[in-house]
Amino acid sequence: MKKSVPLSAGNGGEENNELISKVFYKAFKNDILLKSEDAAVLELDANKIAMSTDSFTVTPLFFPGGDIGKLAVCGTCNDIAMMGAKPKYITVGFIIEEGFDLRELEKIARSMKKELEVNGAMVVSGDTKVMPKGTIDKLIINTSGIGELEYEGISSNNISKDDTILVSRDIGAHGATIFTAREGIELQSNLQSDCNSLYPTVKALIDAGIKITALRDATRGGVSAVLNEWAKQSDICIEVEEDSIPVSPEVFGVCEMLGFEPTMLANEGTFCLAIKNEDASRALEILKQFSQNATIIGKVTDTHKQRVILNSSYGTKRFLDTPTGELLPRIC
Amino acid sequence: MKSLELKNLYDDFRDSKTIKAYASLIEQEAKKIDRSINIMEVCGGHTHTIMKYGLPQLMPDNVKFIHGPGCPVCIMPKHRIDHAYILAMQEDVILVTLGDMIKVPGSKGSLQNARAKGADVRFVYSPMECIKIASDNPDKKIIFFAIGFETTTPMTAVLIDTVIKKNINNIYFHINHVTVPEVMEELINSRDEHIDSYNNQIDAFLGPSHVSVIAGSKIYEKFPKEYKRPVVVTGFEPVDMMEGVLKILKQFSENRCENEIQYKRVVSFEGNIKAQQLIDTYFNKASLFKWRGLGNVPNSGLKLKKEYANLDAEIIYKDVLPIEEVEDHKLCICGDILRGMAHPTECTIFGTACKPNSPVGSCMVSSEGACAAYYKYGNLL
Repeated sequence: MKKSVPLSAGNGGEENNELISKVFYKAFKNDILLKSEDAAVLELDANKIAMSTDSFTVTPLFFPGGDIGKLAVCGTCNDIAMMGAKPKYITVGFIIEEGFDLRELEKIARSMKKELEVNGAMVVSGDTKVMPKGTIDKLIINTSGIGELEYEGISSNNISKDDTILVSRDIGAHGATIFTAREGIELQSNLQSDCNSLYPTVKALIDAGIKITALRDATRGGVSAVLNEWAKQSDICIEVEEDSIPVSPEVFGVCEMLGFEPTMLANEGTFCLAIKNEDASRALEILKQFSQNATIIGKVTDTHKQRVILNSSYGTKRFLDTPTGELLPRIC
Repeated sequence: MKSLELKNLYDDFRDSKTIKAYASLIEQEAKKIDRSINIMEVCGGHTHTIMKYGLPQLMPDNVKFIHGPGCPVCIMPKHRIDHAYILAMQEDVILVTLGDMIKVPGSKGSLQNARAKGADVRFVYSPMECIKIASDNPDKKIIFFAIGFETTTPMTAVLIDTVIKKNINNIYFHINHVTVPEVMEELINSRDEHIDSYNNQIDAFLGPSHVSVIAGSKIYEKFPKEYKRPVVVTGFEPVDMMEGVLKILKQFSENRCENEIQYKRVVSFEGNIKAQQLIDTYFNKASLFKWRGLGNVPNSGLKLKKEYANLDAEIIYKDVLPIEEVEDHKLCICGDILRGMAHPTECTIFGTACKPNSPVGSCMVSSEGACAAYYKYGNLL
């Protein structure tokens, strides 16, 4: 019989302790966590820290290229990395549906551990709640994190004509993967989510002395949301050459069939960069060490402030808009 | 041998050199015609290509697009959406429909709103998914809210056929299929209420071509013959559409008026006979179907034949489904826009009371509607 998480595992008593020690301590153990104090006491070298929090829910929990655990670590660590900081300390909250498969929970915890190692971060505090069956959808994970600033001044409000816009790899893989894996869409593909930690890439850019103006990971809303946010926050126009946007054949195929734009699809390991013009080609070389598909996609102008324009190769223009509403496939 | 990739299939049809070459041919051809030509693309898929690729920017001053009523979601009248909403709220019902139908508001709200209130509403890519949903939920009634033009009708017919042959006893149908030629005739024939005139501005049609994959190009024969409007059944890639426009202009410059096919790689004159037979097996013409924005259009809808009444959710649930129709908003000028007599920006509620997130009229409902496209891509066009 498969082992599952009983409602009593959220009671703060013996079953609760068993779950914590057998699953979570086993995966996350470190000196700070094992002290089991009410709060973690942390030592930091830097004067400035970056802090972020995010909650994660995804269906299915395990998808090609990742799972909710990897997603929960990448999500918060990437947000920290996007501010030029090194992810260091993470807190984790698990909200678990009664009856959740214990093996799956262990698998998720192991996958989190692996991703924490990539970032050189550790879990210093955690929480577990179990909800009665049917009151939540399987599992929700919240992660919060602190990182030490290694590069100061990154901001989405300071992008100017002195900057070039790049994207770190081909876009839309996570959104396309999750959409094709969901119920009701019988599509088979070799798609893999891009779910990945971005700190190593950011560190390489910082170490090379690249002049970074802004970084943002293109999660929900995709690249179009990031570029639109930047255009508004910095009061600029971003012009993108449509043909230069890197899209894998698999993602393109899904978009063609279902009527999506790759720029609308979520990513979990892809980021946009605004880099000082003189450093753009050097930044590109570094990005290419991590993904051959990294590309310069656009520039900053003042054609239509606060808007993003897509230029086609045959001389037409259109706005790239922020996606709205639920992602729904076209009908015919 | 190098394997075939998807991009090999579309690359040539999006090739920038070819698009530019067609743009200059279109310009030359348009110079030979000393009047302006308004081309209606009936199909929402064409509207989408026009907007996405910015094709109006490549047209000479005397060639204009009029965006037609060919988006099955946009034209769904409120009282039919109310039916879907009420059916979804019935106990033991799973309401299944296609794609963005679930976000269109009726007078009670959208299917998304129904879902938020606890209704089981699902969207599928293929209607055949209903079979799996039905077998996974034997104690539920699955109602397929069927929408779309000739393109999607055969999929519904195949599902009906399967339900009958496999004796599946928990799938029902609410049919909202509509047909293209009847509404094209209506656009040419109907009187415009606002200015009391029959003057539509449509000079030619780009024929919906996935409709013609099923129904053949034969369905447009009457337009050049009886109405003197050229038709070119055209594909959906930008190169297809540029060639379609050029073919229309050539008909004008050469004084021809014909029903042509540009999209020869999939469209034939006769169409898919098997699919047509399957449609005829299960469906009758409905004498009237009310289109959002256009009102009642004779013979433009389909309904299940009487002998399949046991599958017809409209009959089974007739006691709870309202029969009175809901009028379109008085200030909405979608009817004029669809006839090519008004521009979206001329509407007093465009962008104010009527926005993509809270559409009043049909043209704002889906991204394929003219108003939604103007709202989104707006001032670059």
